Amino acid sequence: MGKKMNAFFRSEFFHNFVRSAGAVSGLLIVVFFLVMVLLGPAWTPQNPYDIASLDLMDAYKPPLWMEGGDPAFVLGTDEQGRDLLSAIVYGSRISLFIGVAVVLLSCVIGTFFGLIAGYFGGRIDSILMRVVDIQLSFPAMLVALFIMAAFGRGLGKLIVALTIVGWVLYARTVRGSVLVERNKEYVDAAKLIGLSPFPIIVRHVLPNVLTPLIVIATIHVGTVILTEATLSYLGVGVPVTEPSLGLLVKNGYDVLFSGLWWSSVFPGVFIMLLVFGINLLGDFLRDEFNPRLK
Amino acid sequence: MLKYLLKRIFQMFVVLFVVSVIVFCVMSFTGDPVLMIVPPTATDAQIAEARIALGLDRPLWEQYSVFLGNLLRGDLGVSYMFKRPALTLIVERMPATLELVFLSILISLAVALPCGVFAGARPNSPLSRAIMGGSLLGISLPSFWVGILFIFYFAVEKGLLPSSGRGVTGLLFGVPFAFLTWDGFRHIILPAVTLALGTLAMLIRLIRAQIMEVMRQDFIRFARAKGVSWSSLLFSHALKNALVPVVTVFGLQVGSLIAFATVTETIFAWPGMGKLLVDSINTSDRPVIVAYLMIVAAMFVLINFIVDIVYTLIDPRVDLR
Amino acid sequence: MSEYLLEVKNLKTCFELFRGTVKAVDGVDFTLKTGEILGIVGESGGGKSVTGFSLLGLIDAPGRITGGEILFRGEDLLKKSEEEMRRIRGKEISMIFQDPMTSLNPLQTIGRQIDEMLALHTDLSSAGRRARILELLNEVGIPTPEDRLDCYPHQFSGGMRQRVVIAIALAANPRLIIADEPTTALDVTVQAQILKLMENLVKKFGSALILVTHDLAVVSEMTHRVVVMYCGKIVEEAPTAELIRAPRHPYTKGLLGSIPRITGVRTPRLPQIPGMAPHLFDLPKGCSFAPRCGYATERCREEVPAMRELSAGRRAACHNPVSTEKRTAGNG
Repeated sequence: MGKKMNAFFRSEFFHNFVRSAGAVSGLLIVVFFLVMVLLGPAWTPQNPYDIASLDLMDAYKPPLWMEGGDPAFVLGTDEQGRDLLSAIVYGSRISLFIGVAVVLLSCVIGTFFGLIAGYFGGRIDSILMRVVDIQLSFPAMLVALFIMAAFGRGLGKLIVALTIVGWVLYARTVRGSVLVERNKEYVDAAKLIGLSPFPIIVRHVLPNVLTPLIVIATIHVGTVILTEATLSYLGVGVPVTEPSLGLLVKNGYDVLFSGLWWSSVFPGVFIMLLVFGINLLGDFLRDEFNPRLK
Repeated sequence: MLKYLLKRIFQMFVVLFVVSVIVFCVMSFTGDPVLMIVPPTATDAQIAEARIALGLDRPLWEQYSVFLGNLLRGDLGVSYMFKRPALTLIVERMPATLELVFLSILISLAVALPCGVFAGARPNSPLSRAIMGGSLLGISLPSFWVGILFIFYFAVEKGLLPSSGRGVTGLLFGVPFAFLTWDGFRHIILPAVTLALGTLAMLIRLIRAQIMEVMRQDFIRFARAKGVSWSSLLFSHALKNALVPVVTVFGLQVGSLIAFATVTETIFAWPGMGKLLVDSINTSDRPVIVAYLMIVAAMFVLINFIVDIVYTLIDPRVDLR
Repeated sequence: MSEYLLEVKNLKTCFELFRGTVKAVDGVDFTLKTGEILGIVGESGGGKSVTGFSLLGLIDAPGRITGGEILFRGEDLLKKSEEEMRRIRGKEISMIFQDPMTSLNPLQTIGRQIDEMLALHTDLSSAGRRARILELLNEVGIPTPEDRLDCYPHQFSGGMRQRVVIAIALAANPRLIIADEPTTALDVTVQAQILKLMENLVKKFGSALILVTHDLAVVSEMTHRVVVMYCGKIVEEAPTAELIRAPRHPYTKGLLGSIPRITGVRTPRLPQIPGMAPHLFDLPKGCSFAPRCGYATERCREEVPAMRELSAGRRAACHNPVSTEKRTAGNG
């Protein structure tokens, strides 16, 4: 283990990572969010969705640095006296949870179908890839919007809808790798001596396809968080009881004209930061893992 | 060529058929439209009567064949809310959406082409790094939030531009368009820029990547060995090769602009078909949702078809078969 | 003016990589007279191609020419600006690339790609250029050139494309042509035709030719003189016939030994050079070839051998050059 760590710290990957300002800031942003989300509930001033902890006396407080700011509510409060920072911490948790859950599910399902399509080829392959092609020709946002419109809002439904539009990315990548691998000589050799090449392909394809999958998955987390925020903004995403960052922006927008600009601006800043951090990381990984760019 | 066209047109109809089945099924299995149209005080007998009147008591496949028959006749049902044909509602709002999308395309191309080509041709210059940082930020921005910021800054704080509606429209071929009048043009600026941002950022990254990819290919090196100057290397050799794949993605981007127009139109109260969709979703106005989906699906299929044709025209390697 | 068309002195080209600096070309000297055909031979990774690209100033980051002189008609190309080099490329020195499948622009007709060369480097009118293009296509053996002008590269076979590439390289009547493995990517049957074509055209146009290849058989048929490169350095140089008859460097001998011969004693196995070329990151301390060399002594492992003149026109960098007498027929 120690040796492996040592080798990692001396690798070109690590070297480039440390020297890339973008990658390091991306990692810092993502770590910041992870810490905030995991430890957040322990230090936020209030549980924003525990009605008992809200006090209407605290309503309409501006951020700390403005006139009338209250040190207890760093980013101000909304019209019900809810602390915006606490709401953002809880909202980030929901956004990140959806992002990670959708990516994991999409990755597993997409990889499974990609393996099936690539290995069996023929009819199964052409049907699966037709589905993938047709789906990719429609914008993911619209398909998800349609599914959510039909089934109604809800955290679980949202995750299912975003997975339905997300798995195709993985399926296509994995299928491509299987096709490359399937034509290699060792697979012929396995067939020749009567072995089923499927386990071998899995053993060779999965490690090979891991790097592109990591890149796709990283960027996909950002995309999912943005799509989720958009759907929630439109009122077809998360339920009102579990507001993600996107829904916070919408709630804030409803009171924007009564002067509470902060309650729509700050949640948006956090969405942007989180997605930007993820994209910085994804960008670095893609450049690093794409040998053609070197 | 003709054979290819016929084949593609046939494929278009297959895709549209599949979409209609999916849309119909999903819509049939969720919610009960009868409850949407009868008054809350309706008795069970009245509800049953309405159900029969709507044909919802018949078997599903029969309902679908009626739906498909109506669809082919251009009858997409009557809006529960507006009590008018859904198709008419959509078609009325289509020009507003199309002008918004079209202007966004122009903005995206006008910015993304020079930025992307420059960033790809001089990847190490500070300006290129700034462009790339900006475009990464651009794809990380939630567009609805940018719209809100624009409204807050340009409309509320500075009072420079209007924040909602379409303003006064002018007529072109009998169709109202906002960009024809100064007032309408002022109204379209903020939504068009908001809508363009994401596409613009994405196109910059794509064009840059394509230029860089092409610039390291052998034929570029060979052209350099011929003594071709740097600028002619870029513009007469690299650019066209780099833009061929961009055309495909551009088609998808137009589709995505139409999809994201729903968000932009909602923020800026732009009376297009996207806003109509979101309103209809919130009021469960099923015929309008179905009509929107079928029309937009037809648009996407058509865009993909056009992209394919354009692709074959600009790339001599593509064989039409 | 010097008697040489091209004089390369102590040329060094390095690549700065994460794992260290790679000296792809490390102090290379050679000369070339007008009309002469020089072969640069060696295994892949030996620095031959980089040498070729260095002559034209086509080394891209992370690579860099770090030293030496390239005197072309008495002028140092390394001191020229990019703009001056641009006027030399194609007009004075042109290049033929290894893979004809990738060296032509896929979206331009071949007529336009030849025309570009003529428009850049000649004063011909557009009608004059067209006539010249047809003449060139005819010259390189493309039948019915009028019908082929408006074809795209993908409509040609590999051999035909390489003919087009040769036509482009010859278009402006350059004094020197560098051909980087011009036939490696082609079918064996086409290889011979293309080589013959190049030989004839070079003679006809009076150009000098540098033929970069790993194939000694090609070299033995076409070139006047051969330079053998190993790990970025020249290890032996000799007139072609002498080199083939009596190689002095053990590496050359090894290369020659691995070519099958029709005449001579039948050997049970084709001999090959044992081991692999060392990685350019960690070259051995002494002679780079020592670990694979059957003649290596303690001195070879410690001390880099200097280039020595062995006889007129022959030189080798070896402490223990193979003596001409010791050579036996059996071992190649």
